[in-house]
Amino acid sequence: MSTEKGVKKLGFDSFFFLFFMLVWSATVSAGDSGWMPQIHGFLQAHAAARLGNVDCAVQTACDWPFNEQRLQLKAEGSGMGGSLGYAAKLDLLHDAALDDSDSDVRELYADYNAEHLTLRAGRQVNTWGVADLLFINDTFPKDWVSFFGGLPLEYLKLGSDALRLDLYPEFADVQILLADFREDRLPDRDRFVLPGPEISAALDEPSDLEASLRVSRYFGSWDGAVYLSRTHYRAPAMSQIAGQWRGEYPRLNAYGASLSGPLGNGVLNFEAGYYDSVRDRDGTDPAVENSQTRLLIGYSRQVAEETTLGFQAYAEWMHDHDAYRRTLPAGVPERDELRTVATLRFTQFHLHQTLRLSLFAFWGVSEGDGYIIPSVRYAFSDNLWGELGANLFVGDRNGQFGSLGDNDNVYATLRYAF
Amino acid sequence: MKCTSLLIILSFACSVAVQTPSFAAAPTANEAVPGLLPSSRISPSVDKIVARSLETFYYAGEDQRTRVSMRLINSQGKERKRVMTLLRKDLGTSGEQRYYIYFHEPSDVKGTAFMVWKYPAREDDRWIFIPAIKLVRRIAADDKRSSFVGSDFTYEDVSGRDLEDETHNLLGEETLGGRPVFKIESAPQAKVEYVRRLSWIDRERGLPLKEEYYDARGELLRTFSADEVREVDGHWTATRRTMHDAQSGHRTEVVFDEVNYDVGLGEDLFSERYLRRPPGQWVR
Repeated sequence: MSTEKGVKKLGFDSFFFLFFMLVWSATVSAGDSGWMPQIHGFLQAHAAARLGNVDCAVQTACDWPFNEQRLQLKAEGSGMGGSLGYAAKLDLLHDAALDDSDSDVRELYADYNAEHLTLRAGRQVNTWGVADLLFINDTFPKDWVSFFGGLPLEYLKLGSDALRLDLYPEFADVQILLADFREDRLPDRDRFVLPGPEISAALDEPSDLEASLRVSRYFGSWDGAVYLSRTHYRAPAMSQIAGQWRGEYPRLNAYGASLSGPLGNGVLNFEAGYYDSVRDRDGTDPAVENSQTRLLIGYSRQVAEETTLGFQAYAEWMHDHDAYRRTLPAGVPERDELRTVATLRFTQFHLHQTLRLSLFAFWGVSEGDGYIIPSVRYAFSDNLWGELGANLFVGDRNGQFGSLGDNDNVYATLRYAF
Repeated sequence: MKCTSLLIILSFACSVAVQTPSFAAAPTANEAVPGLLPSSRISPSVDKIVARSLETFYYAGEDQRTRVSMRLINSQGKERKRVMTLLRKDLGTSGEQRYYIYFHEPSDVKGTAFMVWKYPAREDDRWIFIPAIKLVRRIAADDKRSSFVGSDFTYEDVSGRDLEDETHNLLGEETLGGRPVFKIESAPQAKVEYVRRLSWIDRERGLPLKEEYYDARGELLRTFSADEVREVDGHWTATRRTMHDAQSGHRTEVVFDEVNYDVGLGEDLFSERYLRRPPGQWVR
């Protein structure tokens, strides 16, 4: 399976590379002044120290889960009067926590723009939905390791190797996305203290393309969108066959909608989604997620000068909960049929917006846990900013946030942009 | 997190648009307007002067493309810079407007774009695009008196206020920098940080050349000055302007590096499509 996938992946990647080179050479040969890449980027140092006194496993970095220095180079250009364009974002990373060096192509894509359509091919980040740090219709890959370690928000989103077509007919904007599968980056035992025994498993990545569709339009002052995704769960479903653990990424179909508009001096957001767990429609496979319905309502507004407050209420209803309970292996903590989460976001600026105080808090209402992220950021100049913050996991250790309870950390980030 | 910081840093409150007729000629101080407040011979003229000034400053032409450099300078002389392209289009004569702002500098926010649909009789609709996570998000209506991107200009200074937001009184006529001006005193109707605003409005061109804001104790808060005025495509434009905060010593200098009117901006530019991918023809 892995060989097959390798061949297929190479084919898809080669297509992107070819398209990218075509666009690049076309923009160069066109003699357009815009083709010359504009180079920007940043140097960034980030470190996080774990709080608490639970001992780390030997040879892990969980006391200092992050100590990294990173150079990001961004290049972009366009030609043919803006009808062709390209962009690249490359990170060169020195990971002192794990004593490793690496490079990461975060984005690399080419654009074609016509009057009623645009095409983007290559590694790209896409963000859908109207929720704030809760995800319903955004089924795209995410990096939770970076997020829980306090890295800047952009590191939560991982790029996908994809082909994206945007159409602009009169009645709506239509976005069609074909993407290679990419898994989420989940907390690992190199940097995190996790409950339960360590399982080593062979992981089978899906080889078929994923397809997503978004249709959006304005209804007066409201933005409405519907979403369809033929995708996979991005966390592996583990099962044991003949004593060997095996991980797969089961198929997922997601259907949803969102609506966003003004209320008072604030913004009201609704988002809903149905997760059709194709592999476990009757809910009897304990390894695979059951189907779910997810609902969210959110409101944010400015409450005082330079001060904004946002609230969200979120519910996740597990379908076929009885079947799930019947087949749940002994000793595994049972999840509720209805999981509810509330969030609070507070942001305040001082000193001509050079100093930012921020708090984001998840409260796991049904699971009795929480996740609190306070931070202070100061911009020393246009080029240099520093941030101090913390990731604090509280409450019931069986909850989704509480299970990370041994990983409270404080972090510091310093970035010089050029 | 970064996302929210940009939401706030770049959010751009616009006041309700002013519904003003166009005036072909500058009114004089003693001119009365028949049919408007016939009992007073002064107020209508003052209102007319102020209305024309708002019209000239915020509604010139059918549309406008401007490349703006903004220097934010603190009392120690330390400087920050914002470079942006601002596109504006007026929809009809009702006061409805569309704004699009693309940030070129500093490099950390390059690519961030901001869009406002401004209505005469209700709150504006606003969206922001954050390039690092490719996110388009609708943003909350902000306090009109808040700072625009950390500068000494408020959102209201950028997008205009209502004639009726203040009561106006003509103090006289004088010259300022060799230009004949009306000197006008205005008092806000709502409770805001200033209680008195003095403005010097160019009698012929209609542009405000200087403004001073005072608090309840009579202390000077902020001073606006139009440092360079040019006629562009038939519209008098303050192509260099400064807002100085008298309390903190912080000041913001704005230069229009490029400005043109009636360039033919389409209404479709002001949409999510162009938030995500700036229109190359206009955003350079």
